[in-house]
Amino acid sequence: MSMKKLVTEVTWCKGCGICAAFCPRHVLEIVNDKVVIKDEVSCIKCGQCELRCPDYAIWLQEVDHE
Amino acid sequence: MPSELVKREMRTENLPHIWCPGCSHGSVMRALCQAIENVGLERKNTVIVSGIGCSSRAVGYLNFDTIHTTHGRALAFATGIKLANPDLHVIVLTGDGDISAIGGNHLIHACRRNIGITCIVMNNTIYGMTGGQYSPTTPTGDFGTTAPYGNIDKDFDIPLLAASAGATFAARTTAYGIAQTITVMEKALKHKGFSVIDVASICPSYYGRRNKKGDAVKMLQWQKENSVPVKMAQNMTAEELKGMIVTGIFKDVEEPEYTEEYQKIIEKAGGKR
Repeated sequence: MSMKKLVTEVTWCKGCGICAAFCPRHVLEIVNDKVVIKDEVSCIKCGQCELRCPDYAIWLQEVDHE
Repeated sequence: MPSELVKREMRTENLPHIWCPGCSHGSVMRALCQAIENVGLERKNTVIVSGIGCSSRAVGYLNFDTIHTTHGRALAFATGIKLANPDLHVIVLTGDGDISAIGGNHLIHACRRNIGITCIVMNNTIYGMTGGQYSPTTPTGDFGTTAPYGNIDKDFDIPLLAASAGATFAARTTAYGIAQTITVMEKALKHKGFSVIDVASICPSYYGRRNKKGDAVKMLQWQKENSVPVKMAQNMTAEELKGMIVTGIFKDVEEPEYTEEYQKIIEKAGGKR
């Protein structure tokens, strides 16, 4: 079964805070100018962060689960 | 390692990009990649052309046949490419200054010809790359480095300008409404004839700071609260619409496309393509 997982590339994050501000479930936080996934279990995989991140530093990735 | 979409459509070795924190050019460029994939354009048949400015840096990151041209002239180069091979999908990525000031003449004539090019304007209402000079889309009264007492010029409404000059598809979306931006881009890419999308982009570094608009998040929230769909705007007065961003498709009609008409001329003259 394929599932989606929230993934970040912090070296690309410029800390603008758009992902955290527009996340409907407040899953994300900016710490020292970098995105941090602080509450992964609340993530509803809506993909708003991926759509809005200007720096492609956060996205939903397909992961295979048995 | 970035997302699969970014890996497929961008030159990841050139990333992260040069744009400032919070600049929406990055999300608009990603939206274009998504729209290209959703429409199913083939890489070998797609050419992306840009001019000069922050927005025009995009072609350095897009994994297509791209050309970074001179200031304001992206549409002129794109016209040449389209006429040389009308089977190509030609996309122009440009900014408000590039397309409506330096390239304003090229814009109105590309509109008038209805040539099959998709023109995406990343409109952040300022010249960002050169330090925040006001552009033809800077709202009246707003500040720029060249308008320290406020801009007294009236601002261009790019979709209305394009529509009245003869473009057969004219639309406006916002960086906040990025999902709508993708769907409107898909329609524009499928449109036969000249299509223009004015994407209200944000420049927190120059426009935002000089006009005390707050950070990138505040600027996007402002877009959210001050956008009006075009259908709703039709029932609003000019006073009510002051300072609002009217979004949606302003014009979508079918008219003879320039390269097809040109082919008829070639045939009339007894030539072959």
